[in-house]
Formats: sequence, C-alpha cells, structure tokens
Amino acid sequence: MVDLKAGARFQSTVCTTEVIVVKGAGEVDLTCGGAPMVAAGTASIDGSPAAGAAEGTQLGKRYGNEAGTIEILATKAGDGSVAADGEALVIAQAKTLPASD
Amino acid sequence: MNLMMLLEMAASGLGDRVAVGSRTSGLTYTELFDKAQAAARRYRNSGVEAAVLCDESSHAVPIALFGSAWAGVPYVPLNYRLPPDDLLALAGRVGSAVAVTDDINLDRLASIDAVATVQQGTFLADPAGGHDTGAEPGDWNMDPDDIAVLLFTSGTTGTPKSAVLRQKHLVSYILGSVEFMGAGEDEATLVSVPPYHIAGVAAMLSSIYAGRRIVQLPRFDPHAWIDTIEAEGVTHAMVVPTMLTRIVDALDERGGDPLLGVQALSYGGGKMPRPVIERALELFPITNFVNAYGLTETSSTIALLGPDEHRIAQYSDAPTERARLASVGRPLPGVEVVIRDVEGIDLPAGEVGEIFVRGEQVAGEYRENGSLLDADGWFPTRDGGYLDADGFLFVQGRNDDVIIRGGENMSPGEIEDVAISHPNVRNAAAIGVPDREWGEKIVLVAVADGTNTDTVELEDLIRSRLRSSRVPAHIVFVDELPHNDTGKLLRRVLREDYAHLGDGPTG
Repeated sequence: MVDLKAGARFQSTVCTTEVIVVKGAGEVDLTCGGAPMVAAGTASIDGSPAAGAAEGTQLGKRYGNEAGTIEILATKAGDGSVAADGEALVIAQAKTLPASD
Repeated sequence: MNLMMLLEMAASGLGDRVAVGSRTSGLTYTELFDKAQAAARRYRNSGVEAAVLCDESSHAVPIALFGSAWAGVPYVPLNYRLPPDDLLALAGRVGSAVAVTDDINLDRLASIDAVATVQQGTFLADPAGGHDTGAEPGDWNMDPDDIAVLLFTSGTTGTPKSAVLRQKHLVSYILGSVEFMGAGEDEATLVSVPPYHIAGVAAMLSSIYAGRRIVQLPRFDPHAWIDTIEAEGVTHAMVVPTMLTRIVDALDERGGDPLLGVQALSYGGGKMPRPVIERALELFPITNFVNAYGLTETSSTIALLGPDEHRIAQYSDAPTERARLASVGRPLPGVEVVIRDVEGIDLPAGEVGEIFVRGEQVAGEYRENGSLLDADGWFPTRDGGYLDADGFLFVQGRNDDVIIRGGENMSPGEIEDVAISHPNVRNAAAIGVPDREWGEKIVLVAVADGTNTDTVELEDLIRSRLRSSRVPAHIVFVDELPHNDTGKLLRRVLREDYAHLGDGPTG
C-alpha cells in the first residue's frame, strides 16, 4: 500500500516504469506488472511483469481509473501495466482543450 | 448566434455558481446575466455604436462584453496604458461610444465628443446608468454576422488595424472547443492578460461556458500571481511567455513546495524560450501544459501542443519528441493549416513557407481593409513556419521580421534559439539593421544570464550550429528586451535603438 499524494513518485520493481501522481487520495494498492510499486529510486529492478499486467506503460501518457479519482503520469516507460486496487489504469483523455485559453 | 446564448446557458445550468471573482464575494452566473441586461439597457438607450472599455481587468469586463452583445453593439477594449495621443487616435476611430474607463483615461476620453465616459466604479455600481427598460431576456440579435468584438492589433509594425470578430467566429470557436459546464465547482482560472488581448477575451468566454470561475489579476507581478494561485485555489492559468519567465524566476527565488494545485497552464502570444518552458515543466511537475498558437484575427487558438506532448518531450530521449517542445502542436479540429511559398503554392512537410489557416473561427478581417481571406477562405497569417511529417506545426516568426542579408532570407528565431541555448544567455532578439554592403546586417541583442558577456563564444556557437552568414555583426548585452503588455517583443523598438550600428541610408 502506498499513499497516493499528488506529486509523489513511484517505480516498478519488475520493469523500468516510473510514474508521478497527478491525482489520488489516500492509501492505494498500486502495482505495476503485478508487483507493488515503491517510492522512486529506492529499489532495483528484478524479474519481469506478470502475464495479464504486461500491456506496457507509455512515456508521457497519463493513466487513470474509471471513477476519475486516480491519475498518474508516466515519467519512464516500461513493459508492465499499472493497476490501483486491482483495477487496471487506462489512458486518460486530455480534457484540457477547453482550458487552452 | 450571439455570445449571450453562452451566458444564458451558463446562468440556466449553473445560476448560483460564482462566475467571476472570489469564492465569497464574486458575481454568480445569474448576477452576471442580470448585470449584462442592465448594461445592455445603458447601451441601447444611449444609442451608441460601440461599447468601449479602457481600463484594467475588473468585473466591468464581462459585464461590458456580454452587455454589448445583448445590446447588439461591438465591444471595443482599448489599451489603457497607451500614451494619450495614441489612445485618442484609436478612440477617435470607434464612432459614438459609451466608454468604461479608469480615472487616468476618464478625462482624456471625455475630450472626444462622440464618447460618453463612465468611471469603472460608477459602471459597476449601476451598469444600467439609471435605465430600467430597453432590454429583455432573449431579445438580443441572432445575426451571426453582427460584430461582437473589435480588437486593435498590437501594431508592432505601423498603425494598429482593427480586427473584426463577428458573433459567428467567437460562438463557433467556443462551441467547437469547450465542453458546456465541463468544469467542476472547485475549478478556477486566473486571467492575468489585459482585457484588450484576444486571449483575455477568449478566456472569459470559454471559462463562462465551461462553468469555471474567473479570477482576475489586473496588474501582473510574478509574486502576486503565485500568491493569488494559492489564495484563490486557482486550478487553471493562462500566461504569455514573458510572464512565465518571471514566474519561474520568482518560484526559484522563493523555493518552497511546487504549486501542485495548478491543473493546467496554457501559454501563447509569443515565442517561449526553451529553457523557460523546460524549467516550468520541472517546477509544475504534474500540471498539464498547453501551448496555444493563434492570432487576434483567428479568434485566438488555431493550434495547440497538448499536455502529453509536453511531458513526452520532457522525459524522452528521442530527438523528434524532444524537438516537439518547440512546436505549437496540431491544428484544432475544424481548423486547416497549409504552408505556402511566395507564389502561393502549397508546400510539403518539412519545407518552410507562410502559414495559412482556414476554418469557421477564422475571421481574418479588418475594418479598414475588409476580409483578407482568399477565394477559398484561406487566411495568410504572415507567420513563417513548417509542418513536420506528423502534422506538428513549427512557427519560425513573423515574415516581417525576416532579416535579408546578402540576398539571403534569415529567420531571427533560428539565430535566437541557438543564442539562448548558450548558458550565458537568458533571452535574445536578432534584428537586421541597414548595411550598404549587405542590405542588412545582423545585430543580436541578448540578455545575460549571469555576469559572463563574452561574445566570442556566442559567435562560435552560432557559426558552428548554423553557418558563418548567421553570425551577428554586433552582439549587445542588455538588462531586458522591450515587450508590450501583451507579451510581444518590440522588434521595431530594437531596430530603432540599434539603427546607429548600421550604415545604410536610414542608419
């Protein structure tokens, strides 16, 4: 379990994926490639993503949950895919077009 | 079509939400609607041809903007910091008007018979000016060709022209790019550009339609900007590059926690120095950055570089993706962009020419010389640039600013980008001054980053990255470059200031 605070950075332990939290609240079971993510820069990478959690995470893309309460930004790409409390996070659409002005 | 449709919808869907101002004392959508009606009564009863505003940002801005749309007269915001003669010259071109003004300009504008002045405070206290009839809900004109806004272009070269924006241009722009009531109740946008800047007008309209509270910062100061972000819970902001430069400096100076509450930061209105946007991406690590390219004549944004491209450019090692940070992104849906050579022939990707644009929001019209759209509706932006293979637009700069040396066209931006990449240089402008031998020679006016103002290293860098013809004949270090209030670099001022370095007929 990690505390999903805006600005917090996490890394995968089974692939090169690294993320920064854009939106989130409270304690969440955050995984990448099926393995719990840890604070960025605190662990080495060992192993590989589990089947079913190896869709890959793309650099610079934002991923979120269905409810819209969690959003992360991938700062390093990797082979694993990220899930929060068991729910796979999907690419979040930029709805900032209206805010361009 | 009328801008009032947008406010009517907002008042209907969001009545009690604050539209503009602080959470505790701002105007709600319903109140803004009522005050627009009051202002419309004032405008209609006075029979004027225009609703002028010559003042810094305040609640008078949306009241006048929507009130004028209701009344069926153009809204004409004027630069309140103009020297008196320049202001009177512009005001004299407007026809009969009611002008909401600040104290300084009250007397100046009162000297024009056709203009009836009203001081900001008076207008806010009683937008109707004592009239209790003359406008009823729904009775605004719906002719899409009615002029909604007249904006004098910044006139960085020559006399300002008045750009005509009709109801159809602005309404189609908003309906095409904004989700109605798409903003959550806790969102707020900070507008710190002056009322006479197209981005300020567009921000007002899109925020109202989205339901995002507008917070105004009438006088930009980077520390006040940061303080307002925190005090008002601002989630969205729009800045011009000179402002972002100062904000980045102020944040570096203050230290402290990043402003994680800012969800989106959009910028435009001029070229963004690469080191500034790179630092801003670090200082606002989770903010969605948007680079919006557009002109007054195109109802503001026609292309934008979105949040994903910004972050990809920040974190990627791939040169094409990193290079995208210098682009203005892809055209908006409904907007077409083409690059043409001097003969008007369309150019393929990668080739530099003039940027042409077409779309419903493209007005491309001036009161003085009518429409500049060609037979197929294309508008010449007079900006030089190119499209890459994936459709990303790169803007090189105004064609008027191209330096012609020895018969060769040189883009100042190319030289400036290389200069700015040098650690000793914060910002730079390359201009041409008359030269008997070459036609023009290059003067680089640079702002030093620190105390090292060695010019030889800079010349070597430009020679090695570009070629020897691009090496400036003179390099001058200054404390700052001249910009106007809308963030535009005043090359004309630099050309005058450094004309003495030239030796041509006007040098």
